[in-house]
Amino acid sequence: MGTINCGHEIAISSPAAGEAGTTADWRTERPVLEAALCLAAKQGKESCQLCWVYCPDVCIARGVPPVVDFTYCKGCGICAQVCPTEAIRMIPDERGSSAAQPAVPP
Amino acid sequence: MSDAGTVVITGNEAAAIAVRLAGVQVVAAYPITPQSPVVETLSKWVDAGELRAELVRVESEHSALTVCIAAATVGARVFTATSANGLAYMNEQVWWAAGARLPVVMACVNRALAAPWNVLNDQQDSMSVRDAGWIQIYCRDNQEILDSLVQAYAIAEQVQLPVMVCYDGFLLSHTSMPVTVPPAELAKAFLPRREPLPIVDLQRPRNIGQVTFADPRADASGNLCHGYMEIRALHQEALERALDVIPAVGDAFAKQFGRGGGGLLWSHLLEDAEVALVAAGSIGSELSVAAETLRSEGIRAGVLGIRAYRPFPAQAVRAALAGKALAVVVDKAMSYGYEGPICSDVRAALLDAERAPAVFGAVTGLGGREVETSQLADAARRAVADFRAGARRRRTAWINLKLREEA
Repeated sequence: MGTINCGHEIAISSPAAGEAGTTADWRTERPVLEAALCLAAKQGKESCQLCWVYCPDVCIARGVPPVVDFTYCKGCGICAQVCPTEAIRMIPDERGSSAAQPAVPP
Repeated sequence: MSDAGTVVITGNEAAAIAVRLAGVQVVAAYPITPQSPVVETLSKWVDAGELRAELVRVESEHSALTVCIAAATVGARVFTATSANGLAYMNEQVWWAAGARLPVVMACVNRALAAPWNVLNDQQDSMSVRDAGWIQIYCRDNQEILDSLVQAYAIAEQVQLPVMVCYDGFLLSHTSMPVTVPPAELAKAFLPRREPLPIVDLQRPRNIGQVTFADPRADASGNLCHGYMEIRALHQEALERALDVIPAVGDAFAKQFGRGGGGLLWSHLLEDAEVALVAAGSIGSELSVAAETLRSEGIRAGVLGIRAYRPFPAQAVRAALAGKALAVVVDKAMSYGYEGPICSDVRAALLDAERAPAVFGAVTGLGGREVETSQLADAARRAVADFRAGARRRRTAWINLKLREEA
């Protein structure tokens, strides 16, 4: 690799998805969402969305039900902790799957 | 206090006047002896409308420096002051300010670190953060405090590095002496207001100081960005550049104000000296008197004062000490488990030098222990006697230690 002149002498970047790289391979657990228990899914409207609010990596999209982006989900489990109806639970996952997919039971 | 001219003031008052002359916009600090009067004075001026600055009261030194970091990031000229355990409590942010390349200026009013508790002078506090990547300047008297703080902003903003102006607690901070205060207009012309930084653009938000991995990596816009190591190497290069910038700013200061100045080192009777007494800060004045005493006895002594300690002016130290027989380095701090920090640095700078002197280390004045010129002269006499007896390396001498008989 040659020399870099990015024009900065400090760490600076434009904020966007994936700035810290693809973090899916950090994951040892993945969230699975049971739509039958999810408030938004049960009410058929974009209610609750607490998992979207609390996801520290901004990798849950609002929705009915919310959708996890497994390209970046590090499997921290905060969504499962904050879900008021325990619709989200964490299951072991060491594959580091990188496809965006709805978190549905396997 | 607004009138220019010569006034008799304490070191802390000189520091506060310098901050006002520099047109500082944000001040954040937490009280600690012996620094407190600096910020108390600034607070009074802000309250009276004599200083148009935001004075942010915080719950700790860690937050004080954090406020300065945030304000400096958006382009404000900032100031904080602390001492001893306050600086230790700031430590995490001390490193952040440097790594983020922010022109923060801090007065470190040198005081001993606990334990045991002590509020008096030595230089262990600032020496303990010498590796953090700040520029460190040590002052000999109150005039140098005022001049160095004004210069600190010019240096900091040129090389984008924080500057710590260090001066001895009580010995300077609470001691009154004549200080020439320059006219405000001259200072204003010397330090034009900082431009807001282009990194703060609401239309183009930026992450600053984000997680930066080992290797260079393209960011979300596809720009290849430095890895951690590149950023650190550039930081080191900026510090090396400061070796030229510090004396250049001193020269510009002398030109602007018709007096003062200040380079990397200072000296007294050094040119033809055989024995060089080396130190930083106000003890340089005591050593100058000691050198004169020694000369009256036939020992050709002189003093080398370290003004810029980081970046360390190794080349200038080599040049200044070439041909001397002996250098006695007097530290007011220890790298515990080894020796005085300035002593180690002087020794390392001389290692590959031709006609290098022997280097003896001495430590003194810890926790406010009295340092008399006669004791310094005695210590130098003992060092010369050891040298004449053939010693070329010696255990660190503790001057005026009352534990047992020491050199």
